[in-house]
Amino acid sequence: MNTRAVRAVARKDLRIALRNKGVVLPIIIVPLIMMILMPALMIFLPIYLEPMETGEELRREMGAFFANMPAELYNLFAGLNDQQTWVVVASMFMFAPFFLIIPVMVSSVIGADSFAGEKERKTLEALLYTPITSAELFIGKVLAAFLPAMVVSWACFVLYTVVVNAAGLMVLGRMFFPNLAWIVLILWVVPAAAALGIGVIVLVSAKAKSFQDAYQMSGLVVIPIILLLFGQMGGILYFSTPTVALIGLAIWAVDAALLTLAVRTFGRGEIIARL
Amino acid sequence: MPEWVIETHNLTRHFGALVAVHGLNLQIARGEVFGFLGPNGAGKTTTVRLLNGVLNPTAGEIRVLGMDPIAQGPAVRRRTGVLTESPALYEPLSARENLLIFGELYDVPPDVLRRRVDELLEMFELTARADDKVAGYSKGMKQRLALARALIHAPDILFLDEPTAGLDPEAARQVTELIEHLSQEEGRTIFLCTHNLVEAERLCDRVGVIHRGELIAVGTPEELARRIWHGHGIVVRLGRPLPAEALASLKRLEGVAQVEVENSDLHILLDQEHRTPAVVRALVEAGAEIYAVRPREHSLEDIYFQLQANARGGSA
Repeated sequence: MNTRAVRAVARKDLRIALRNKGVVLPIIIVPLIMMILMPALMIFLPIYLEPMETGEELRREMGAFFANMPAELYNLFAGLNDQQTWVVVASMFMFAPFFLIIPVMVSSVIGADSFAGEKERKTLEALLYTPITSAELFIGKVLAAFLPAMVVSWACFVLYTVVVNAAGLMVLGRMFFPNLAWIVLILWVVPAAAALGIGVIVLVSAKAKSFQDAYQMSGLVVIPIILLLFGQMGGILYFSTPTVALIGLAIWAVDAALLTLAVRTFGRGEIIARL
Repeated sequence: MPEWVIETHNLTRHFGALVAVHGLNLQIARGEVFGFLGPNGAGKTTTVRLLNGVLNPTAGEIRVLGMDPIAQGPAVRRRTGVLTESPALYEPLSARENLLIFGELYDVPPDVLRRRVDELLEMFELTARADDKVAGYSKGMKQRLALARALIHAPDILFLDEPTAGLDPEAARQVTELIEHLSQEEGRTIFLCTHNLVEAERLCDRVGVIHRGELIAVGTPEELARRIWHGHGIVVRLGRPLPAEALASLKRLEGVAQVEVENSDLHILLDQEHRTPAVVRALVEAGAEIYAVRPREHSLEDIYFQLQANARGGSA
């Protein structure tokens, strides 16, 4: 493995992607809105707007959510008033599925530029004439999408932790975030989600004619994540530590299958045939 | 015996029912400029891909620098450079960035690479704009940069696919001069795919003509001309027209196959070159006023079109 060539590919793909507004804008705006602005509004606003009540009322209003909740999670809410319950529900549970959208979105938008965009701009052929192997080229491109997805996701997590704990300090009088489930989410599920975005985008890029094409087609990946969100609000699935670990395992299994297929589309002969 | 740096035996590549290259037998010597001529779609680009191990053949054998591109693709590509038909540059990056990336892909040592990039930028007259985005370059500048990129690792063999296609005459001449320099001053082996016959004539030691995937002729332009037009042609420039009876007796001379009058020139086809003195003597005795006698040269263009016509006749 020629790591210098791998790094060269990753670096140039990233540099080119970051000079494309179509790539940079969603990478900055989506996480800001979804992981900073929305949580801040949703967690803080009810604190100021809702009168102080016992926790019972909110628990009744969110009946489905609390009805099937396992005991160890339910205990989190013992003795909390409405405001406190809301802060914990919103920060611990509601935003967890959203958090998976970030790595998928970042890796697929950069991946779309690196795989489909390179095809669209017809620069791939010159690369194929260099000594780099197809595997090195593939890894370089995967890293170009994967590493920024991790950096952005983890940066979001740090900012989110600050926002959530600020609310915690105000309402609960302590910092309560993150719990173990969130740490598993960040270290185990987020990388899997980033890989998922890449796996899908590589397969889609083999067919897509342009960056835009590929990025739009890959948007479908978000659907299962939205299902997770509804599943939880409907009381079917909760983001407890074992569940989060299992979700991670399931995504990694899908990743393994997708990347195996993706590598097959990435032989020199296969690429040349599509140029 | 020259050292062959490219050898193919019966090289064949099909794409489904389409035969892109069929039974190609090539031998190219070190330091040679070899012109690979043929219309679009004749199989030139496919051949370059096969020789660089980017595409695997359906049948046949290849040796490039003594290696097998199928099994040793990366090792072959480390020592070949390819200028693709479209420059395929990274337009959001600068010329320097483009060269540095490719230098790293070819694993040129970092200290050598910095120097090499500066040299190439200088040689290709890109230094002043080296740090500007390539997107703003003219077509000629992009082509020069693409050529510089193909040379970043000082390859033994340089493959050039239509290097002057789409350039204005000024830019095309610049590129042609650079290729001439690479061949004459630096002694690189050059495999030039082109349908620009004037360029091929100026640059190439030998040419191969490909027609629908098959190599229909290989040799120096002179060899090919001799093979097409059997015999030796001369052109005699006269001060005044030759009388009819003198012309008739010239045609009866031994070894004279054909005589054509073109303005004040006589185009005479002889069976062999050594008939020339006898013909000149006969003309002088007949009172002809001879200004000049020279061998008739066929341009590569004449040769090429004759070969393509023959091939079409043969395959029809």
